[in-house]
Amino acid sequence: MFAFCTDPSTLDGLAWLACYLTTGKHMAFYGAFGTVLILLAVTAPTALAFGFGGAVAARSRVAPIRWFGKGYIAIVRGVPDVAFFLFFVIALDQAFEWLRHHVKCPDWTDPIRQGTDFLVCPEAKLPLGTAPQWVHEGYGFALAVLTFAIVFGAFAANVLFGAMRAVPRAQVETAAAYGMTPRQTFHRVIVPQMWVYALPGLGNLWMVLIKATPLLFLLGVEDIVYWARELGAAKTPRFSDYPHPDWRMWYFLSLLVFYLAFTRVSEIAIARLSDRLARGQATAAGERLRKETP
Amino acid sequence: MEDCLQTLADYGLRSLGIGERLLPRSDFTLCQQVVLIGSGMIWNVYFGIIALVTGFALATLVAVGKASAHPLARKPSEWFIFLFRGSPLFIQFFFAYFLFLSLKQVVPWTEPLSSAWAGALVVLFLNTAAYSGEIFYGALRSVPKGDLEAAAAYGLTGWTRFRRITWPTMLRLAWPAYTNEAVFLFHATTLVFFTGFPARQQKGDALYYAQYFADKTFNPFVPYPILAGYFVLLTLIILGVMGLVNAQLQRHLPLDRTQRRPRLLPQIMR
Repeated sequence: MFAFCTDPSTLDGLAWLACYLTTGKHMAFYGAFGTVLILLAVTAPTALAFGFGGAVAARSRVAPIRWFGKGYIAIVRGVPDVAFFLFFVIALDQAFEWLRHHVKCPDWTDPIRQGTDFLVCPEAKLPLGTAPQWVHEGYGFALAVLTFAIVFGAFAANVLFGAMRAVPRAQVETAAAYGMTPRQTFHRVIVPQMWVYALPGLGNLWMVLIKATPLLFLLGVEDIVYWARELGAAKTPRFSDYPHPDWRMWYFLSLLVFYLAFTRVSEIAIARLSDRLARGQATAAGERLRKETP
Repeated sequence: MEDCLQTLADYGLRSLGIGERLLPRSDFTLCQQVVLIGSGMIWNVYFGIIALVTGFALATLVAVGKASAHPLARKPSEWFIFLFRGSPLFIQFFFAYFLFLSLKQVVPWTEPLSSAWAGALVVLFLNTAAYSGEIFYGALRSVPKGDLEAAAAYGLTGWTRFRRITWPTMLRLAWPAYTNEAVFLFHATTLVFFTGFPARQQKGDALYYAQYFADKTFNPFVPYPILAGYFVLLTLIILGVMGLVNAQLQRHLPLDRTQRRPRLLPQIMR
């Protein structure tokens, strides 16, 4: 990176470290932190949308929809999330390819599952065999986002389901007395008011989501865990200009510090947000705020 | 059926290294998958139970420490809880494994820590102690003032008051949240063999074998539902046992019919 890095064998001490920490692979490592942040930025709203859908389904007056909603919440929450990550990444991929296979190659007669192989026609492959590298990586990432959204959507659905029920009954009845339809009551009374009840749960969920991001590694994305293992492993002079012993411990220590800082900052932000949302609410926190401000 | 009994004899204790050495490589039957994944569950139960029991003791200590007025007791407890609740368990496993590897070079007798049965157990123990410690700390702060005043009026102080009034009340208040923590701990045991800790001679846990079959057959729709079935069963057992303890903790309270509605879905999250 720096001009003085051209001949690593002459370096020592801090100069060596400065050069070592700015190699191309280390840049990829720093970029992987961006991957984690992007994953969070995309997954959080998607999971919230899944959660909202799940909560609405679980409240539905139509029995099959309600069963679906409650089943979704119960099953995802009853099984270890790692198992779901490992399952969905293959299952979603096969499901997409299976669907495309039936749309694109209706004349195909061979069975798709042959022993231990999963064979679809070449046009149905996802991504196409001819696609450039970034499409493959993007597809892997999209699958990861969808998997995270499905799993965390179930948790969010549980939180939102509880929050919708926590909106004071009297307010819903008042809305009905004013002649609002159930639909209008939902949009104008329940949804705007539920957030303050949902926030503790959603805040907790955000923390869980942050702490679940290293599982990207298991989904085959080149994330920070991948690079920490890769870069930290012992390097011999034969294969690298920067030989060093096994440093994986230190790389993982830096990841540990990164996550500690991240969750700490989130904690403070959530505390501020919940104060902001409590303003003017008929809850104990809202009452305290009202008394503090003359 | 005969075949399946044979499979059970061959692979029932495979995760402990007893029985057939080679894992099935082709022509996988449903029976093999059920037996091997079930065999792996031994590890999940082992990690879960031991970490839960040992973690419970440390959690009480940490909670009392955090609630203490003395900074020498409070600060370490606060930092301990922050450290383990603020970072992902997945990273903790990785870090601990590489730490134990380095430690082995310097202090030879710590060698067992670099294998899963001891090393991962230590991480799980500390992790669950931190999470439970925070739960117990919250409960400790909600112990009714009246109870403590009544204890003082009866002349109970210090250790006696803690043992007979504060601690049982804390447990009773914390129990629903602690039940979730227990369920989550058992779920977290599936992470062990996906971090650095090696599954020597393919002696792994339930998820390890489930992934083995999913990899070999390229069909995730059989092994993972089997795994899910085992875990749902395990979760129900945990809820049952914890429910019995809860009833024991509440046996002196007047029965409140409205609270005794069965809860099918406790909050499983942390």
